Amino acid sequence: MEIPRHWRLKQQRYSLVGETCPHCEAKIFPPRDVCPTCGGEAKTQYTFSGKGEVFSYTTIYEAPSGYDETAPYTVALVKLEEGPIITAQLTDLGDQPVEIGMPVEMVTRKLRSENEDRGILIYGYKFRPVLSRAA
Amino acid sequence: MPENTLLKPVKPVGIVGYGAYVPRYRIPAKEIARIWTGGKDSVPIKEKAVPGLDEDVATMSIEAARNALLRAPVNPQEIRAVWVGSESHPYAVKPTSTIVAEAIGAAPNVQAGDWEFACKAGTEAMVAAIGLVGSGMAHYAMAIGMDTAQGRPGDALEYTAGAGGAAYLLGPAEESLAVINATFSYVTDTPDFWRRPEQKYPQHGLRFTGEPAYFKHITEAGKTLMEASGTTAKDYRYAVFHQPNTKFPQRVAGILGFTKEQIAPGLLVPVIGNTYAGAAVIGLTAILDIAEPGDRILMVSFGSGAGSDAFDILVTEAIKERQGRAPKTQDYIARRTEIDYGTYVRFRDKLAK
Repeated sequence: MEIPRHWRLKQQRYSLVGETCPHCEAKIFPPRDVCPTCGGEAKTQYTFSGKGEVFSYTTIYEAPSGYDETAPYTVALVKLEEGPIITAQLTDLGDQPVEIGMPVEMVTRKLRSENEDRGILIYGYKFRPVLSRAA
Repeated sequence: MPENTLLKPVKPVGIVGYGAYVPRYRIPAKEIARIWTGGKDSVPIKEKAVPGLDEDVATMSIEAARNALLRAPVNPQEIRAVWVGSESHPYAVKPTSTIVAEAIGAAPNVQAGDWEFACKAGTEAMVAAIGLVGSGMAHYAMAIGMDTAQGRPGDALEYTAGAGGAAYLLGPAEESLAVINATFSYVTDTPDFWRRPEQKYPQHGLRFTGEPAYFKHITEAGKTLMEASGTTAKDYRYAVFHQPNTKFPQRVAGILGFTKEQIAPGLLVPVIGNTYAGAAVIGLTAILDIAEPGDRILMVSFGSGAGSDAFDILVTEAIKERQGRAPKTQDYIARRTEIDYGTYVRFRDKLAK
């Protein structure tokens, strides 16, 4: 029964809510209450912009259980604008090739469904190529 | 006509922010015709939008609502209602709206509920939100119309059942980019289209969906709103109607006295399909994207079952500065990856496994 864990993590997963360190101003994700940069206590909430770039990536063909519905999919290390590097799926790639350094933006998507069609739906962050906008 | 024919709030209400969403994938109608009629059918639209494997009404509503908030200088904690109208809610029991409210930072001091009235669930939520704000109960309320519409393989609806929609943040008129002068609703018990519990695909009454359903309700709602407001089609720069296919909104526009030019910017069905609860409201976002201060807009939705909500909208000076703060409807339409019928079958979970 993983429902309590998913419920506890919903804010960081839905909206990239992490922390900012009051001592050295480092931005922290995932939130851990202790600053990985200076070691001070860091409990101030901070919502990340969701902008970043692909630091590295790989494509998964043999997906772990629960993720096989969407395989093959691409997982990336995304370097957020504010500093931290996080692991996330890329989405909405269409026929667009992935490149290191590619600008991406956070979207909230369905990560998987528990217990096939009977369990809860788990939502969380993924990243997609930045939407082009007409001038 | 009785004095209280029109729905008007005590305090004037308007649209403070709006946002659209359309998924990336498109299946051309001729690709669907290739499978079922050897390509011989004449097709009702060019192509329709198809959601990706990780998209549903919750995720699409979140993005549209975030776009609405980008256009509105509002703290999400001040929003007192998040209402999502759809006929494709991801759960049968458990609100889509709580997921959206949480993701946009509006929880926990908020009304949240899912609305259902076939294709007019979104405008039904908008009218309720106008009431909530206009009565003074809430300063802001978010109303969303969004769908990932279902079409049985081989059915006529499969050509058009698309995906997309829009979110509207309603608030005080003085903060608005467009003021809602009044609304009018026309509802009867008309069984033109329905889906019974646990059925995956809807049924429809074939030709019955036209005259007694779509045309009757939209013309009654639109005509009465204009008569009671003392306006005619000439007073409006733009109009947008529910759009299940290309012909119906063109014909109903003509009946109500509107020209092709007045409906062109909001007529999105040829390129994204019928987005059901999202259809009229995403047509309106495309219009607001290009509207000028002083433009007057008529919007009339239609939901099977059946009913129409008509809106008389006046654009304010605030529009120009807010249009560019979030992606425009046409930006989403331009982002386009074509898929074939096989990929569509996988994306829409049409295979028995």
